[in-house]
Amino acid sequence: MTNPLEAKTSLAPIDKSDRAFLLQETSALTKRLFIQLVRRPSTLIAGVLQPLIWLVLFGALFSNAPEGMLPGGMSYGRFLGAGVIVFTAFSGALNAGLPVMFDREFGFLNRLLVAPLQSRSSIVFASVIYISSISLVQSLAIMVTASLLGYGWPGISGLVLVLVTLLLLVFAVTAISLGLAFVLPGHIELIAVIFVANLPLLFASTALAPLSFMPTWMGWLAGLNPLTFAIEPIRAAYSGPLDLSVVLFHAPYGDVNGYECLSLLMVLALGLFVFIRPILNRKLS
Amino acid sequence: MNMVELTRLKKSYGSINALRDLELKVPQGCLYGLLGPNGAGKTSTLRVITTLLAPDSGNVTIAGINALKEPHLVRNLLGYVAQEVALDKILTGRELLQLQGNLYHLKADKCSQRIDLMIAKLDMSSWIDRRCGTYSGGMKRRLDLAAGLLHQPRLLVLDEPTVGLDFESRSTIWDLLRELRTLGTTILLSSHYLEEVEMLADHLAIIDNGQVIAEGTPKQLKNQLGGDRVTLRVREFSDEIESEMVGNLLESLDVVNQVVINKSQGFSLNLVVNSEDALPLIRAKLNKAELPIFSISQSQASLDDVYLQATGRTLMDAELAVVGKRDPKLESKQAMR
Repeated sequence: MTNPLEAKTSLAPIDKSDRAFLLQETSALTKRLFIQLVRRPSTLIAGVLQPLIWLVLFGALFSNAPEGMLPGGMSYGRFLGAGVIVFTAFSGALNAGLPVMFDREFGFLNRLLVAPLQSRSSIVFASVIYISSISLVQSLAIMVTASLLGYGWPGISGLVLVLVTLLLLVFAVTAISLGLAFVLPGHIELIAVIFVANLPLLFASTALAPLSFMPTWMGWLAGLNPLTFAIEPIRAAYSGPLDLSVVLFHAPYGDVNGYECLSLLMVLALGLFVFIRPILNRKLS
Repeated sequence: MNMVELTRLKKSYGSINALRDLELKVPQGCLYGLLGPNGAGKTSTLRVITTLLAPDSGNVTIAGINALKEPHLVRNLLGYVAQEVALDKILTGRELLQLQGNLYHLKADKCSQRIDLMIAKLDMSSWIDRRCGTYSGGMKRRLDLAAGLLHQPRLLVLDEPTVGLDFESRSTIWDLLRELRTLGTTILLSSHYLEEVEMLADHLAIIDNGQVIAEGTPKQLKNQLGGDRVTLRVREFSDEIESEMVGNLLESLDVVNQVVINKSQGFSLNLVVNSEDALPLIRAKLNKAELPIFSISQSQASLDDVYLQATGRTLMDAELAVVGKRDPKLESKQAMR
């Protein structure tokens, strides 16, 4: 029997396809993130609890507002539901860079970079899969709770629209967060950026109030805010039969329908991944 | 054939030149030691070899492959045990090894077989299913070594593998390295422990200030010094002028081949002598010149003498000189990707 310590590696051990290697390393890296989640579930729990508290408390805050105040005469709780769902997915995706940043800081990333990965994109793929899954679980939890609170349920086609919209937003924001995780010097700086970006982007969107409530300058901000482009299709999915050709909001620069919302999110997600690619290539090459 | 060939390697971090035209050849199948004080450029050299750091200029060849052009091929061949053990404290040791196996594309059955072998070899069975966050320094280092060896690399690179470890853990690691060498694995190890390198290494290079200043087998390097060493202090604290005067006086003796003044040790004198009975002759010469003797001793040449010969200071003095000058924060940033 040969000694187990004997060197064996050679230049041509490949008996699997490149894609199988990529799948193997991506699934191993994703598994690591899920093991961390299972053993340290506090962030997931907090990530579900916080939006539920928002939904219950914020929803109650305006429960006695005059009827007919909101577009389509919907209740504030139903109006808020879409905003909270999007905000939850957005916040989760904004944190996507944190595990990567910690891996950089603690040297674990070097362990990955020394290995003969088929593609170092597997590090990014694992983060995207992980964050997308978490965001969807959190969003579903909120949708179920909202439904129990009497704020409605979007139906099957509506649910598909909600999930597609959320995934597009999550991809885009995850790209930004991962880009920042490789550019910023440490986790303190990354957390600072997350803090600064989080609430202002929420307030400057249609999550908490419709565009018609806002002054023109803020209407411009909200009309250009990607969160609005995710919130409005979801709100529409809750409002009735799914029709993406219907105008979803009247921005100061013009009317925006459902197709345009989804197209913008798709362009944003693809554009941001193209934009951060040179950063990732430089850092991971 | 050389497993590693570094040619005219340069690397600077801002105004700090970490590597200055560094040249190194590591023969295949040997246990090669890189010796030098902290900040000499050892870690930068190893990071270049392991493809973690791109040099500003120079060539890097590993097993005949240009590591700068085809780093992915090189990564297949090498195992790396870094100075700072980076483990995921949430994973168990076994889960970390499974992750490592997947990153090196081992098949599932081969991977678990290798993991079992490593657990047995490094005596990790009693704690391998505990989370890494609970491990002692020795356990972490053993697990890291197992991870580096899991895919049976042809070149194992270890950066200060035994620093801060208890004797038992050091001994386990030394035994394993010796066994690997006999099985044909090339091992490149950096250390600032003279005894460790002297005891383990077939070949060694002394690095100082980003350059290789001496290279060879430990025996060759010591023989190059030409004989025993005599350490002499005429007073507890001499000045440079007096030491040079005493040095000139003793150089006239036939038994003294060379005089080195150790500036960092109060200008004490290190004499290379060609006789085992040099002390009486030196004493007589100093008495005749009416010079006192504060301390005098004769010993066989050591690697520290080799270092002293090349740099004019001992390795320990070089270590002490950089203590306080190093910026751990800056170094940690440099290591970040």
